[in-house]
Amino acid sequence: MNMTLDSSGQARQEIVSNLPCIYTKVGALRWRRVADNLRASGARLLTLWGADDRDRDGRFRIYAAYLVKEGVSVFEHPMEQGRKPTYPSLAEIFPCALHMERAIHDLFGIVSMEPDHRGWLRHCGWPQTVFPLRRDFDGNTKFSIDSQPYEFIQVEGDGVHEIAVGPVHAGTIEPGHFRFSVVGEKVLRLEERLGYTHKGVSKRFEEMLQMEGHRLAARLSGDSAVAFSWAYCAALEAITQTACPPRAANLRALALEHERLANHLGDLGALGNDAGFAFGLTQFSRMKEDLLRMNASVFGARYLFDFVQPGGVAVDLPDRAIRLLLDHYLLLEEGVSSLRAIYDNHAGLQDRFRDAGILKQDLAERLGAIGLAGRASGISTDLRVDYSYSPYNRLKPKLVTQSTGDVAARVQVRFDEVFESVRLCRMLLEEPVAGPIRMECPSPPPGRLGLGLIEGWRGPVLIALESGPDGTIRRCHAHDPSWQNWPLIEYAILGNIVPDFPLINKSFNLSYSGHDG
Amino acid sequence: MIDTLSRMIRTGILTETLPPLKAASPQVDGLQMDLRKILGRALCIRHVDAGSCNGCELEIQALNNPYYNLEGVGIKFVASPRHADLLLVTGPVSANMEEALKRTLDAVPDPKFVVAVGDCGACGGVFGINYASRGAVANVIPVHRTVTGCPPSPVAILEAIRSVIVEV
Repeated sequence: MNMTLDSSGQARQEIVSNLPCIYTKVGALRWRRVADNLRASGARLLTLWGADDRDRDGRFRIYAAYLVKEGVSVFEHPMEQGRKPTYPSLAEIFPCALHMERAIHDLFGIVSMEPDHRGWLRHCGWPQTVFPLRRDFDGNTKFSIDSQPYEFIQVEGDGVHEIAVGPVHAGTIEPGHFRFSVVGEKVLRLEERLGYTHKGVSKRFEEMLQMEGHRLAARLSGDSAVAFSWAYCAALEAITQTACPPRAANLRALALEHERLANHLGDLGALGNDAGFAFGLTQFSRMKEDLLRMNASVFGARYLFDFVQPGGVAVDLPDRAIRLLLDHYLLLEEGVSSLRAIYDNHAGLQDRFRDAGILKQDLAERLGAIGLAGRASGISTDLRVDYSYSPYNRLKPKLVTQSTGDVAARVQVRFDEVFESVRLCRMLLEEPVAGPIRMECPSPPPGRLGLGLIEGWRGPVLIALESGPDGTIRRCHAHDPSWQNWPLIEYAILGNIVPDFPLINKSFNLSYSGHDG
Repeated sequence: MIDTLSRMIRTGILTETLPPLKAASPQVDGLQMDLRKILGRALCIRHVDAGSCNGCELEIQALNNPYYNLEGVGIKFVASPRHADLLLVTGPVSANMEEALKRTLDAVPDPKFVVAVGDCGACGGVFGINYASRGAVANVIPVHRTVTGCPPSPVAILEAIRSVIVEV
C-alpha cells in the first residue's frame, strides 16, 4: 500500500548508495519509534527530505537518512494528501531535525507536529501559502519582497540587552543573522537565523539533466566543491550502476584531500588572526595560496569546481605532476610543523584558544554533532574511516579526535588532519593506478533513488538523487553537515563573552550557502 | 618565547623574499599610483555576499595574502558600509538578501562604486533567476563593473577594482 511507484507502475524495492544502504517504509507510528530505537543504538541523523509524489500516487513523502554501523539506513514515510500533510516530529529525539523540519515546511507545506513553525528558509521572498518544491509550483514565478519581523526568543531580566549581528557581516564572509542576549559582555543566549542565501537550488536541480547536475552540486558550497560534486556523481553512479574507474577514484580522493588541506590551512590562519596573531594568517594564507597555485598547475584550476564528473574526472594528472606534488608536500609539512610549534608555544594564543567555546562530548552527542566539529568533541565519526568506499578502503585513513571540545581542540584536529591528508595524498601518488579516467554513465530508468555520501573537510555531505524520464532529475536533495553543526554554536557560546564569538564561530567555520541551499 | 620570536622573525623574512611577490609587483605598483593620484588615500571596500556559494569569498580573501598584499597597495576592507568607497558584491542576489543589499548600498556615502564579482554576480551563473534568486547583481542595484569567472582569480578581481577607479 505505502509504496513509491515508478513510471512503469512498479514499487520501489531499494535505494542505492556508495555506502551499504538499508531501505524501509514506515507509517507514522513507526516513524518515531524507529527514531527512538536508532537513537538508543547510537545512530546519527544524517538528513531529512521531503518529496511531492502527488502526480504518481497522490502522496507526499518524507525521508530520513541515518548513519548506522552497517552504513546508511533510509526510512520513507508516505502521507495522504489532505489539507495539511502532517508527520510526527523527530526533533525531541534528534534536536538537529528541528531546522530541517522547518525548512521542509517552507518548501513543501508538510508540517511536523513540532510547535515552532517560524519560516526558516522562507523569509520574505515568497508568500506563506506558496510551497516552491511542490510539483505544481512554477519555479520561475516571481514575488516581490514582503518584509516581516522575525520573532526571536527574548531573554528577560535586569540588565539583559540584545545585540543583533548580520545578515551583512564585518568580514569577507557569508550572510546570516546572530541575535545575542547579553548581560555586560557575557552571552546568555544566542539565536541564529539562517536562510539568507537560499537560492532555490533543489528546484533548479529539477530543471537540469542528470549529466549536468554535478556543476550545480559543486556550487552548493564553494569550499566543498569536490565533496559535493563527488557525492552527486556517487549518487548518479549508484543509480546507473556505473563503476568509477580506479584511477578516477584516486584522482577524486586527491582532489578532495587538496580541498581539505586548502580549507584547513585557511582556517588555521584565520583562527590565529581572530586571536590577534596576524602572523599566523600571513603564514598560513601563503601556504594556502601555494597549494592553490599547485592545483592550477597540475589540475588546471585553483578551485576544482568542475573536476569531478559523472563516471570519473575531467582531466588526468600529468606524470610530471607527481614529482611536483611530492616536493610540494615536503615544504607544506615542514611549514605546518614549524607553525604548529609556534601556535602551541604561544601563550597569548593558547590563552584565547583553550576553554573558549567548549562543547562537551555528552552535549555534542545529544545534539548530533558531526564531522570535524564533532571529532573535536570526541565524536568518532569519519565516513572515510568507518565505511569502505573506494579508494579510502585501500588508504585506511586514521581517525583524528580530540576530547576537550574547545577552540583549541578544533585547531588541533585541523593540524592533525593536515598531516593525515598529506599522508593520504602521498599514498595516492606513490601507488599510481593506470587506466581510464572516465566511464560513460548510461541513462537510468525513471524513479530510481540513489544516495551519495562523501566525507568533505567539514563533515559528511549527502546528495539524494531521484531520476526522472529521459535523463532528467526528478528530485535532488543536498545536505551539508552545517545543518547539524550550526545549532552547536548556540551552545558553545554560552557563558563566553561577545568578543570571543568570531573566534568560536571561525573554529566551527560552517557553511551558510551549503545550509541555505 | 625567544624561540618563538626567533622562529617568527626567520619565517617572516622568508615570506617577504618569495619570488612570486616580485612578479606581482609591477602590476600592483601601478595600482598604488592610480589610487594615490585619484583618491589621495586608501580605497575602502565593503564586501557583501548577496547569496554566493562562498567560492568568490575564498578568492576575495586570497587578496589579503602576502602574494597579492592588497593593503600594501592602498586598498583595505572595512567593516562598515559607511566607511566604504566601493561595494564588492558576490553571488546571484537571493530574494532573502535583496533588502539587505539595497540597505547596505544606501549606507555607503557618495560617490560610490559597485563591482559585481563572479559569473553569478555578472549574470546569475548556474543558479539563474527563480523564485528565490534575482540573478545578476545589476538586477537589484546599479553596477559599474563585473568580473566573470567561477570563481574569478584574485588578479582578475584586482584588475576590475582598478579599472573602476581609473575610469570613474
